[in-house]
Amino acid sequence: MIHFTTSLRRCWLAACFAASLPLLAQEPSTAADAAAETVASAEAAPAVPTAFPDVLRALGGASLSERSALLDALLAAKHPNTAAVLQAWLEDHLHVRDADGAVFITAETDAGYALTDPATLATSGPEPADGFSKVGSNNSLRKLLRSALASFTLGSPDAEVRLSAVKEMLRAPDESTLNVLRERRAIETDAAVQAAIDAGLAYADLTSDNADTRLAAVNVLSGSLAGETIAKLEALRDPANEPDERVRSAAAVAISSISLKRSLYSGIETLFFGLSLGSVLVLAAIGLAITFGVMGVINMAHGELMMIGAYTAYVVQLLLPNHLTASILISIPAAFLVSGLVGIAIERGVVKHLYGRPLETLLATFGISLILQQLVRSIFSPLNRSVATPEFMSGQWVINDALSLTWNRLYIVLFTLVVFAALQLILRRTSLGLTVRAVSQNRAMARSMGINSDRVDAITFGLGSGIAGVAGVALSQLTNVGPNLGQSYIIDSFMVVVFGGVGNLWGTLIGGMTLGVAGKLLEPAVGAVMAKIAMLVFIILFIQRRKQGLFPQKGRAAEGH
Amino acid sequence: MKSQSLLLSALKADRGGQVLLGLLAIAAVAVPVFNLLVPEGSFFHLSTYTVTLFGKYLCYALLAIAVDLVWGYCGILSLGHTAFFALGGYAIGMYLMRQIGPRGVYGDPILPDFMVFLNWKELPWFWEGMNHFPVALLMVVLIPGLLALGFGWLAFRSRVTGVYLSIMTQALTFALLLAFFRNEMGFGGNNGLTDFKELLGFDLKTPGMRVALFLTTVSALAIGYIGCRYVIASRLGRVVQAVRDAEGRTRFIGYQVESYKLWIWVFSAMLAGIAGALYVPQVGIINPGEFAPINSIEVVIWVAVGGRGTLYGAVAGAVLVNYAKTWFTAAFPEIWLYALGALFVVATLFLPKGVVGLIPSRKEKLA
Repeated sequence: MIHFTTSLRRCWLAACFAASLPLLAQEPSTAADAAAETVASAEAAPAVPTAFPDVLRALGGASLSERSALLDALLAAKHPNTAAVLQAWLEDHLHVRDADGAVFITAETDAGYALTDPATLATSGPEPADGFSKVGSNNSLRKLLRSALASFTLGSPDAEVRLSAVKEMLRAPDESTLNVLRERRAIETDAAVQAAIDAGLAYADLTSDNADTRLAAVNVLSGSLAGETIAKLEALRDPANEPDERVRSAAAVAISSISLKRSLYSGIETLFFGLSLGSVLVLAAIGLAITFGVMGVINMAHGELMMIGAYTAYVVQLLLPNHLTASILISIPAAFLVSGLVGIAIERGVVKHLYGRPLETLLATFGISLILQQLVRSIFSPLNRSVATPEFMSGQWVINDALSLTWNRLYIVLFTLVVFAALQLILRRTSLGLTVRAVSQNRAMARSMGINSDRVDAITFGLGSGIAGVAGVALSQLTNVGPNLGQSYIIDSFMVVVFGGVGNLWGTLIGGMTLGVAGKLLEPAVGAVMAKIAMLVFIILFIQRRKQGLFPQKGRAAEGH
Repeated sequence: MKSQSLLLSALKADRGGQVLLGLLAIAAVAVPVFNLLVPEGSFFHLSTYTVTLFGKYLCYALLAIAVDLVWGYCGILSLGHTAFFALGGYAIGMYLMRQIGPRGVYGDPILPDFMVFLNWKELPWFWEGMNHFPVALLMVVLIPGLLALGFGWLAFRSRVTGVYLSIMTQALTFALLLAFFRNEMGFGGNNGLTDFKELLGFDLKTPGMRVALFLTTVSALAIGYIGCRYVIASRLGRVVQAVRDAEGRTRFIGYQVESYKLWIWVFSAMLAGIAGALYVPQVGIINPGEFAPINSIEVVIWVAVGGRGTLYGAVAGAVLVNYAKTWFTAAFPEIWLYALGALFVVATLFLPKGVVGLIPSRKEKLA
């Protein structure tokens, strides 16, 4: 799934890039046309042609070593189609017709090459590929080509395109690219691009002979967050590399300030990972908090109800393969219904007969979980399935060099909060919620007030199961969907409910988030598995101290449990 | 004298137990005869594979008795008893690993293969002494016993009961599962301990050794059964049953409920450890998969199917369900999980007393 979407994105970017090229090429050319021509005629060596068509023609016959000089000439000619030619050259789509030495931008077709004249962009019919030879390039030429293309792209109206162009140019900067960047910096308006150019120029200044220039560069870089900056500054602390004491101490100060900021951001990142892990736990546990917490029923098939929700998302996506976003939005209510109905069937068929015998309920529902798993294996095969992520949920939200958050995790956190709020509303503000709470607090009294406790039981169980299904949809966006999906969450979810305090949704929310964050905080120190073990042991010990969990129930409601 | 008469009268009243012990005695004679004396190829020949299979079932039966003792008589539903079973198995597995000596793939005289593979230079401290059989035997009961003591002391003292306790036992075995998967633990990680050669100098693969292991298992089961029967008939057993039926009331009368529960819990864990120690030499491998929570839950269903709170029902359930598992997974592998799942539901809904509850008791017959 991940491979699929990233490659899609890549294609999309490439397409945009290519489409914008001819447009971009015109911008620098119009402004500087006249000047360029005078400069070119004054400076060019006699051997190198200057006019665009002549340069191209010369390019066809030139050797690899001559071509770099011709590339300069091509750039100096400032023809509007230069970028298209460079792009074609870079991608090996520039060919010479052997018969007359004319150069064309080619596109492969079944019948040979479709030709585009670089000077006019007029296309002509396909000709057999035999009659052409490629205008080749080598590594150093390709580097020049990329950098030249990037400087064309610098004029793009899209800040993101400019940013990637700057990054491309800074990969191997030389004096000419730095000059281009300095010019651009003067007129650049976008903050991110400005920062990228500043950092790049400052990197270059670090190697300057002038100590003041270096010092200024260090001061500029002290505002940066990139890990690369630290490495570069680290080299300056060594007296062997850096003779000037001021620069050395400035570098040391800059490093400590950058490290501090980076560790702050990585702390925020860990917190975010913890919250997103906690959200998954809460989502998995919150349905259980209803069936176990409110009704007192142990439902070991809860994980399988999540699995059913995840498979519902998978099936909906199979039915609507071309509408990813819509299929996800549809699968949320669909999964709620499917899992809810399965849950009601379980309640009516089995759990109803076992009220008051929690251990037996545990065993029977465990049996149901085995049956559901095997059912899914029989229907969908035991192999894992993947549910594609819609565009708006994939990728990252890059906040700065040190901090980027993945969209899908961010959405999971939001989604969890929405589900939680909705559930609280149902339980606190609707008549259904009122009856559910009444029955869970005192069944006999509720019945004597005319509440049909059988019906309430079924609906409550259905509600908890439906929430499990919704959680399954969320999980399908994080992991693969398989028959064992639910099993891996069941122990965790019980831990969250017990830790938070049975019968208390707030406890489940805070308990789940706490466990998620604590787990992620422990992880770097002891590793993922040990962190998990530590959490389990912690909960086992915690329950000894506070049997009722973080938020014990108070008053009469507590007596039932 | 008093305790002897107590045991005798308990056994006299225990018709199911008499049948069970009788069957065990028959098996102890018949299995060696049909395996070793009847020539191979004869219709009556019992293959060594079958002997080992029976031995495996009886190990499970011993584990089931351990679970029934705490669940059926004390009301503690343990969903983590295979943790004790696996720990016992690991203890004997360590001894068997040390017995391999220089015959391992890497030929290191001291270090087991997986440690050489991990580039370890010396034996971890907890592997010291495990080359002595008595030490290993001690560990088989000591390690599960200590774990149960620690866990039970914490849990019972703070009065964690019912489903909470069940879920915590499950968390316990889950934590151990994760821990034992780690190579750094020093128990062979994912692959566990295997490739055993011999026990006490006898080759594990010979039919004679297989039969000897089977006979050991039969005697262990018989002794375990009688031991449990005795514990239940004793004063402690009566208090424990009172705790099961009315924990609060027992406490009010003045019994220290926690100590009684703890005692029977630790005893049960040790039994499970012994079952694991008998299991590992027969199947030839122990890996972290044995800790999986689902295994523990399966043990509970053997007890439920057989008939909880009877001991012999646990044995019947363990053998029946595992026989069915062997048969189903060979004949209809697809259907086994359906059958097992249905068994859980049917046993809890329709067979509250298990299959042994279907046999009419003497009283009912008389009436």
